[in-house]
Amino acid sequence: MIALLIRDLKLALRAGGGFGLALAFFLIVVTLVPFGVGPDPELLSKIAPGILWLGALLACLLSLDRIFALDWEDGSLDLLATSPLPLEGVAAIKSFGHWLTTGLPLILAAPLFGVLMNLPATGFIPLILSLTLGTPALSVIGTFGAALTVGLKRGGLLLSLLVLPLYVPTLIFGAQVAQRGAEGLSITSPLLMLAGITCGTIALLPFAAAAVLKANLR
Amino acid sequence: MNQRPEQKRPAVNSVWEYANPRRFIATSDRLMPWIWGGAIACLVIGLIWGFFFTPDDYRQGSTVKIIYLHVPSALMAINAWFMMLVTSLIWIIRRHHVSALAARAAAPVGLVMTLIALLTGAIWGQPMWGTWWAWDPRLTSFLILFLFYLGYIALWSAIENDDTAADLTSILCLVGSVFAILSRYAVNFWNQGLHQGASLSLDKEENVADVFYHPLLFSIAGFVLLFLGLVLLRTQTEIRARRMRALLARERLQ
Amino acid sequence: MLEVSDLSVTRGGVKLLEGVSFKLAAGQALVLRGPNGVGKTSLLRTVAGLQPALGGAIQFEPDGFAYASHADGIKATLSVEENLTFWAQIFGSNGVEAAMMAYDLRTLRERPAGALSAGQGRRLGLARLLVTGRPLWLLDEPTVSLDAEAVGMFARAIKAHLQAGGAALLATHIDLGLEDPTVLELSPYKAKTPVTDDFDEAFL
Repeated sequence: MIALLIRDLKLALRAGGGFGLALAFFLIVVTLVPFGVGPDPELLSKIAPGILWLGALLACLLSLDRIFALDWEDGSLDLLATSPLPLEGVAAIKSFGHWLTTGLPLILAAPLFGVLMNLPATGFIPLILSLTLGTPALSVIGTFGAALTVGLKRGGLLLSLLVLPLYVPTLIFGAQVAQRGAEGLSITSPLLMLAGITCGTIALLPFAAAAVLKANLR
Repeated sequence: MNQRPEQKRPAVNSVWEYANPRRFIATSDRLMPWIWGGAIACLVIGLIWGFFFTPDDYRQGSTVKIIYLHVPSALMAINAWFMMLVTSLIWIIRRHHVSALAARAAAPVGLVMTLIALLTGAIWGQPMWGTWWAWDPRLTSFLILFLFYLGYIALWSAIENDDTAADLTSILCLVGSVFAILSRYAVNFWNQGLHQGASLSLDKEENVADVFYHPLLFSIAGFVLLFLGLVLLRTQTEIRARRMRALLARERLQ
Repeated sequence: MLEVSDLSVTRGGVKLLEGVSFKLAAGQALVLRGPNGVGKTSLLRTVAGLQPALGGAIQFEPDGFAYASHADGIKATLSVEENLTFWAQIFGSNGVEAAMMAYDLRTLRERPAGALSAGQGRRLGLARLLVTGRPLWLLDEPTVSLDAEAVGMFARAIKAHLQAGGAALLATHIDLGLEDPTVLELSPYKAKTPVTDDFDEAFL
């Protein structure tokens, strides 16, 4: 399992587009928002938590189709499916790898982008907390979506259509944590809900992803 | 087994025998006229009674009468998804093809029901709330449900192999159901809305008045029968289309 | 080592083969023959458990096989050695050196797999079988794009594998010079069109 994780990380590093692309996309979203809504610092700081969450979500979405597509094309997925690794494990490792290459950099870069968006000082810790708790769910749900569309030639658009509705609860609770934090309100209940969703998806969705992969491989 | 004559068919021993597509088509052919007749009768009674023979509401005026389209379609939008969930589970567990095809057949009907609920809601909301759309929890949940239907239908049509498509969509339906419920709660948490309480709760306090209630029951029954009729018809079509594909594939093989 | 009885194989929901039965003992190789589209690949995928059988039974020791398809599962940005080491770790075995030796890949060890020629890449794909350490090999057209010398390497590898008590089920048109390989011609097993009018059947 660890071998698979290390290989995926190596591939992401060498092929490029692993760590950097999602971050660059996040930066672009954050840069474009003030062009759209105007440079008013008060307005920006009001919408900052939501925009940062939305940006993180879209950046995450961008790299989803790479999770299985490359392994599918070169036949590795067939070979992995006949290897001693259970497919559930493959799915779990793949989502972890995706989180390491996209979720984690996004979390680390979020404070910087918070400054760009004029996020109030009280909002930084809740933002990082919510991203830390929420992005794993984004990766796991995305892995399920990627598994659903792995065999399709142009699955990218369909993947977004399938995954985005599934992102709704995570986005709502995550953005609520960040928003309430920025406004100085209590963040306990959305934080607990967010943590619950993340734990639930990590525990259950790899099984669904594996079942879907099996159906797609035949 | 192909020589089995019509009249000598054994009696139905279990409900699963309807999973035989032949039997399903024969039975649904017999049922369909009754269902359609009932649907038309109930809709005509419910809608005419509701539109012309109920008083105007003291607050909402005559706009309230859109309830006879809005509530039944909203109800069916959710029940259609629930039906898809049940048939998907039957496909996953027992692998009856008809079940998967029934889920496939129900999805567009559910999509249209959701659309009707959203549109009538907008038409109703405009004079009442002064806006066509508000990010109210109920409205938002229905919009999300609409997206779920879209994704489900898109996945069905994107995959060529019928069995694979059935497997994938069933699992999507299962996972989607869980996330739909989660979204419902999340949306509630996110925004307390404008929408009035449930029109049909068992709690008498919240319920609509009896004058409106009785025709509403008729129109709900009409929508249920309409849904049933449409799903049966579409399932028959799906079965035949599937059979065509199977025969064509076999022909290519010769 | 492998026992297949009365197996029915499908492709894209259409029954291709039916009643396929054979036994494969240690030290034995079974070559599948038949015209294109008869279902060799589908049969191999069914035995490998990648697609469900319509009927019949497949028995072998659990986790006892390694499967190699047309695609080699090679990552272009990893070196030859890294590719092999990865699969060795996945299968919990070692033998990367021996595998590279058998297919004459040692001079290419640092080369990214993307810079290999088609034949060299295929050799790497076949070397992967050696590092799995599995007794039963399921091979789908293993000699595609190999030159005569590389076919010789493959023939030697498979002979050594059989002598060591392994077995192989392979779909190939090339004579590998194996001593007495059993040949299974698949054409006679071609599924007959069922004349049945039963509806559920018509889906299959």
